[in-house]
Amino acid sequence: MIGAGENSAGTLGIVMLCHTALDRAQQVARFWAAGGCPVVIHLDRSVPGDAAKELRAALADLGAVRVIQRHRCPWGRWGIVAATLDATADLLAANPGVRHVALTSGACLPLRPVAEMMAWLAERADTDFIESVSVHDVSWTVGGLSVERFTRWFPFDWRRQRWLFDAAVEVQRALGLRREVPRPLDPHLGSQWWCLTRVTLEAILNDPKRRRYERYFRHVWIPDEAYFQTLARRHARRIESRSLTLAKFDRNGRPHLFYDDHLQLLRRSDCFIARKIWPQAERLYDFFLTDKVAQGRPVNPQPERIARHFARAERQRLEGRAGLYMQSRFPAETVTRDKTAGPYAMLCGFSALYPGIAKWLSDAAGTRVHGHLYARERVEFAGGARVWNGALSDSAALRDYNPRMFLTNLIWNTRGERQVFQYAPQDATDPGLETFIATDANAHVAIISGGWVLGFVGRDPADPEVRRELAALQKSELALLERLRGPEARAQVRIWTLAEYLEAPDDNLALMLAHIAPGAEASKPPERVALDWVGPFVASTRNAGLPLVTLGDYPTGAAPASGGWRAPE
Amino acid sequence: MPPPRYAPPTPARRGAGMPRRATAALVQRSGAMPQPKTGGSVAPRDPMRHEKGHSAGSLRKRRDRQLGLGATLRMRAERQAKLARALRKSRELRRVALRTDRIRPDMILAFTTQRNERIRLPYFLEYYRRLGVGHFLMVDNGSDDGSADYLAAQGDVSLWSTTASYRAASYGVDWLNHLQWRYGARHWTLVVDVDEFLVYPFCDTRPLAALTGWLEASGRRSFGAMLLDMYPKGPLSELAYAEGQNPFEIARWFDAGNLCITRNARYRNLWIQGGARARVFFPDRPRAAPALNKTPLVRWSRSYAYTSSTHMLLPRGLNRVYDSTGGELASGVLLHAKFLDTQASSLASRARAEAARGEHYGHGREYAAYEAGLEAAPDMWCDWSTEYINWRQLEILGLMSKGDWA
Repeated sequence: MIGAGENSAGTLGIVMLCHTALDRAQQVARFWAAGGCPVVIHLDRSVPGDAAKELRAALADLGAVRVIQRHRCPWGRWGIVAATLDATADLLAANPGVRHVALTSGACLPLRPVAEMMAWLAERADTDFIESVSVHDVSWTVGGLSVERFTRWFPFDWRRQRWLFDAAVEVQRALGLRREVPRPLDPHLGSQWWCLTRVTLEAILNDPKRRRYERYFRHVWIPDEAYFQTLARRHARRIESRSLTLAKFDRNGRPHLFYDDHLQLLRRSDCFIARKIWPQAERLYDFFLTDKVAQGRPVNPQPERIARHFARAERQRLEGRAGLYMQSRFPAETVTRDKTAGPYAMLCGFSALYPGIAKWLSDAAGTRVHGHLYARERVEFAGGARVWNGALSDSAALRDYNPRMFLTNLIWNTRGERQVFQYAPQDATDPGLETFIATDANAHVAIISGGWVLGFVGRDPADPEVRRELAALQKSELALLERLRGPEARAQVRIWTLAEYLEAPDDNLALMLAHIAPGAEASKPPERVALDWVGPFVASTRNAGLPLVTLGDYPTGAAPASGGWRAPE
Repeated sequence: MPPPRYAPPTPARRGAGMPRRATAALVQRSGAMPQPKTGGSVAPRDPMRHEKGHSAGSLRKRRDRQLGLGATLRMRAERQAKLARALRKSRELRRVALRTDRIRPDMILAFTTQRNERIRLPYFLEYYRRLGVGHFLMVDNGSDDGSADYLAAQGDVSLWSTTASYRAASYGVDWLNHLQWRYGARHWTLVVDVDEFLVYPFCDTRPLAALTGWLEASGRRSFGAMLLDMYPKGPLSELAYAEGQNPFEIARWFDAGNLCITRNARYRNLWIQGGARARVFFPDRPRAAPALNKTPLVRWSRSYAYTSSTHMLLPRGLNRVYDSTGGELASGVLLHAKFLDTQASSLASRARAEAARGEHYGHGREYAAYEAGLEAAPDMWCDWSTEYINWRQLEILGLMSKGDWA
């Protein structure tokens, strides 16, 4: 043990409330006693007699440890406070040297040597450490009850009679039944685990109105988080409103457990006491109940790291990882947030106009540019790869079995690298997929509508088979455009008709680049395919009864209306 | 009398000519789905399972949504039929070594069916003993490689044996349902095959009891752990597995991100397919690829029943091992050491034998695929295969989750 001031020896008393894992409680009591702390253990009256006898026998050799067993302590009821009051009174009466009393449980574990804690407290002789927050200001309580804990009656057990409990509260609300808080108390709430000075405790125990307060608090809900917290406000000279016991609760109000693998986290927290420890966490008990953990210097507790650790876990439980679809996270389609893991881009019509667009784009934007991921024969991964990140196969059948998951898998597997892919009505289009993309805020879509018609080069517009094909593809494209413009669309969409686009192709290409990869440097635009056949082709289909509307007002005469476009030299 | 104009070939009709075995009648009355093989089975070709398709199944599904009560009652009937069937099938089991008196109230129990897996058993038992499984309740289905003797000699194993048909026992589910009904109530029960190894958050530092304790405190009754197919690099026959060896020293690669998931509205579970097996063996017919979703760890009650391997349970609430609002529930992974050369019977020859025996789901269709696949492309490894490190890696890859267990 390090050289703590001798004057602080025996100044800290420990009250332990125990009901299970009594062997652990015994171990911890020994530790406190060895450090010179008198200990009073209150055993829940529902602990069977054998176990209680065993505990007493095991601790018989320690004069400083006393075991009492007076009250039943069901969760959230008065018994816990009554037990605490009795144990504290016993402790103070028997140990006049005690200046601070810490309330702990059987699942608490001291993280630092007793002497360090005593020395630290000795320097703060007049300070009461109790989290005590005015009910009018906070809403951290479970079940939405805060002020009402003090102003209603709670005849039913929340854990075992939840339905009755809720009904009773509702009835009282409806009837406007209210209890008066005894004057001059100002209701406060806070963690059950405190460390109070003798002066404050004696003032609470000897308060002339103690009987009145007890009668009142008997029917407050979870009085162990209210009784001392409220009365300390009345009697304490100096309150530090935080608990020296590190305890973290999940959103259901259950304490997080500490396991062996939390050892470093606990050690670095420099807190004095932690709860709740998993009873079988051998390493924690072995490590912290020896003097290995002495800091040798008076450092202050820093529970923030642990708080962050658990806050992260809560966030993972509630929000999950964006864009992840897996066995225990499968957001329904109605969940519109974070549909994919990151931004990506879909290009329609560009690959037909610029055969070399993929290479040009990946050079210019530094992103991964795939071909037609949804091509009918196989998945056209960048570079013609057969498999992609995460062992994503290029089999069209596997992809088409669940086109949407193919996309979300790809985006998830390539987190941190933006993916760009081509899409056209000729591909294995899927309405579900298109709706998904349209409603995904991560999607950046750039479309030259009608661009896909360029794939018909060399085909005969007089052939009714070709016209049927054209009609079907145009219908499919119109459906896509409608989805992208729909009321629920969240994708960032940029649409040109082919005619529009060709009015200023180089400028529009730069706009497209800025749209899918902001900040990218555009180099010399890639080559376009020859377009001289398109006007007559469009005219011919139109005259045969099939207007290709998605191209826009494509000039069907010999020369374009404005001089913006011409067949590449 | 003229024949009826429309006579759907109801099961009862079809079964009329056959010996009236209660088995068949019960299954059909309950409308039970075809049962895939325990452990990596083929997805039943059940129309109900898929969103599209205007079959009787999808009509019934639609009706289920409208009439919640009807669905509930139907599910209850199905569950009770399943339990009755398990009870009847239990007559096929012969006690070999009964040590169930050693089961203590808070023990975690493992339930397993096996056939000729002698070489795998030592590591299997060691692995789960180390995690803290207290007792193994095993059914030996006609082994002839000494595995029954080996198991019978283990102090923490209770062994039953049967030579009855694995297929007729719903691919072993009926036998285990019965053993769970009889011995599993109020215990956390783990149903795994001998080639399935449970990995859960913090499994390297926290025993299984820590997980089950936390699940219980969080009000959860079941824990999902998807199958993850593991395979070696190079031809399967190149590295032989030695008894007692960690199979993942050899089969230490997996596919990290190619799963297909849909929600099964009828049973409310997720239906997961894909992975290495779909990539290698079913690239052209993904629908036939085996299901990977599993719920192997359940706080058992006598009213529970697995309906289809460990893929689905009744009551349906037990299948809700996922969050559908965007959050993550804690989940694990069953590392699947199927693709391993266990000498005694190399997988290719095993696949041949099992395909011929036809005792597995779809008359061994899955094994037929392996047989064809293993001869054509013995190497499952690809450039984007991931090498297994630990559970944290699987967590980061999104194959499992810590949820709020920190």
